[in-house]
Amino acid sequence: MTRMMIREAILETIRSEMRRDPTVMMLGEDIVGGMGTAGGPEAIGGIWSTSTGLWEEFGSNRIIDTPISESAIIGSAAGAALAGKRPIAELMFADFVGVCMDQIWNQIAKFRYMFGGKSKCPVVIRLVYGAGFNAAPQHSQAVYSMMTSMPGVKVVMPTTPADAKGLLTQAIRDDDPVLFFEHKALYGVKGEVPDGDYVIPFGHARQVRAGEHVTIVAMGMMVGLAEKAADQLAQDGIGCDVIDIRTTSPLDEEAILDSVEMTGRLVVVDESPPRCSVAADICAMVANKAFAALKAPPAMVTPPHTPVPFARELESAYLPSPPKIVDAVRSVLAYR
Amino acid sequence: MQLSRDELLGAYRRMATIRSFEERLHDEIAKGEIAGFTHLYCGQEAAAVGVCDHLGDDDFIVSTHRGHGHCLAKGVEVKGMMAEIYGRATGTCKGKGGSMHIADIDKGMLGANGIVGAGAPQAVGAALAAKMDGNGRIGLSFSGDGACNQGTTFEAMNMAVVTKAPVIFVFENNHYSEHTGPAYATATSTDIAGRAEAFGMKAWRANGCDYFDTYETMREVLDYVRAGNGPAAVELDTERFYGHFEGDPQRYRGPGEIDRLRAERDCLTAFRRRVTEAGLLADADLDTIEAEVARLIDEAVDEARAAPAPTPAMVLEDVYISY
Ligand SMILES: Cc1ncc(C[n+]2csc(CCOP(=O)(O)OP(=O)(O)O)c2C)c(N)n1
Ligand SMILES: [Mg+2]
Repeated sequence: MTRMMIREAILETIRSEMRRDPTVMMLGEDIVGGMGTAGGPEAIGGIWSTSTGLWEEFGSNRIIDTPISESAIIGSAAGAALAGKRPIAELMFADFVGVCMDQIWNQIAKFRYMFGGKSKCPVVIRLVYGAGFNAAPQHSQAVYSMMTSMPGVKVVMPTTPADAKGLLTQAIRDDDPVLFFEHKALYGVKGEVPDGDYVIPFGHARQVRAGEHVTIVAMGMMVGLAEKAADQLAQDGIGCDVIDIRTTSPLDEEAILDSVEMTGRLVVVDESPPRCSVAADICAMVANKAFAALKAPPAMVTPPHTPVPFARELESAYLPSPPKIVDAVRSVLAYR
Repeated sequence: MQLSRDELLGAYRRMATIRSFEERLHDEIAKGEIAGFTHLYCGQEAAAVGVCDHLGDDDFIVSTHRGHGHCLAKGVEVKGMMAEIYGRATGTCKGKGGSMHIADIDKGMLGANGIVGAGAPQAVGAALAAKMDGNGRIGLSFSGDGACNQGTTFEAMNMAVVTKAPVIFVFENNHYSEHTGPAYATATSTDIAGRAEAFGMKAWRANGCDYFDTYETMREVLDYVRAGNGPAAVELDTERFYGHFEGDPQRYRGPGEIDRLRAERDCLTAFRRRVTEAGLLADADLDTIEAEVARLIDEAVDEARAAPAPTPAMVLEDVYISY
């Protein structure tokens, strides 16, 4: 085990997969940094420090610093993948999927299906997402719900350094397109990471807290908030079964259903707006498949159906928080 | 054509206002007063002012993430902008958008933008609207050297030519897109205007650190576009004095680069030298303006600090007009 931050786990995973497999390549804006400047490519390593030193080791054929051209970045990742490579494309902010949505939505996600199973497109798109930095409506969004509604891509959201390594390794080796969502606020989170080869298969949730009174399902940044809420509720003797789903597509339905069968109560915490969200999807799934076990209507803790506002006061009112989760748990428990 | 004394004083005031606004933000951000990402316009003042001095409230501009200068030059109110950047309910956009999203439709300022390359097509649309009205008004987009590599920019230029839209594409080449230089990222690195020419429109080039060169060039461009000749492009060679965003360590700069730029390419210094050497204005005139501007910025900051924060209920407002 080695203790490191999520951003380090991501960098180390890319580095070791690139060493292991010569078909792995990466492209994105400023992932080298300093190209064409007096300072020179001096390894800024991307604005998130998730590519530091890669260009020096692997060179310009495999670490491609791009112009500001998201459609060309994702489109060329698609082409390189069809041609047999394993590209990792970085979207500096997940919000920029808006610029290149066609390449994801109509192209990458559909190749295999519409080509009758004759192609594979092993692209990893890394999307840096999430609110909490007062970065305003176009640099803060949790677009994973929208992307989860898209057949043909897998959607992954690590919340610990170990998961970042295990899930990113799986993403790079996976033969299907993977959207890998990295929360800005989680980059600095530290934890123990297994040394050597470490792969976490998709569709396997992680139990974060065990408890018998209520099931809390969360993903990404929301997991830490759910843990805080659970710790607080534990002081009042309320046991929360907290589940980090890790991947929204595929979804570990079994882990969620097993827990709800035991607790009879469900709260889902999701950073994306509520309509057609992962939270709504999970509540619907549970209502369908575990109706008899439910003792209360499933509850969602999400932002409101609005863009992400800028001002500090507005953004904190917007985001889910431990007190909001505690309230939701209490009202689900109070239901009869 | 010789500018009047009032026009010269006004131009200097507008440039000095932008400079002072941005320098002050630089200080306040360092103190942790202001949240979010802020991209300062210092160094490029002559570009925004030299362009917008030709425009009325009913001409439309679209701007970028580095938009404060464009907003101020287009007449957006200083105090409202400061309050917005401070995230106050009294801000131009009620604290909902912040630095990157200031808009003032009444001033023909259709919005700063967090998405690089998003503005150019919108300027074409505004120009097509003006063309429908037949009133001689124009649309204008400010884009950086980085934004010229977005497909949206190419699509906008082509569509402007084929629709004969009265639109002007202003490319502010400040030699950086974030941490990357156009020598690497832009295939026609020393020449962005040439791209516009390749799309079939007339293009001009000017020194964006020289108010007079920018202003005189823009006069020709505006005459051409307002006369119904279709779109045009202008590449302004300019400089940014601070980092890409506040907090950028700027390791991509060469040794002494910023000092050299400030010494050789400061548009305010150049303006002052030109008008005082020509005997058009006295140093004292310009000093007075600077003092007045400094007071205005002080007031704007004081008022922004004292202004009420938006209330949590405001999160839910303005998603729709009715729902
Ligand atoms: C679609 C999109 N891609 C990337 C970014 C991140 N980004 C913000 S500003 C910027 C550089 C823009 O360079 P340029 O157009 O030259 O404008 P300047 O910053 O020099 O004013 C980048 C890459 C963004 N905001 N939007
Ligand atoms: Mg630039």
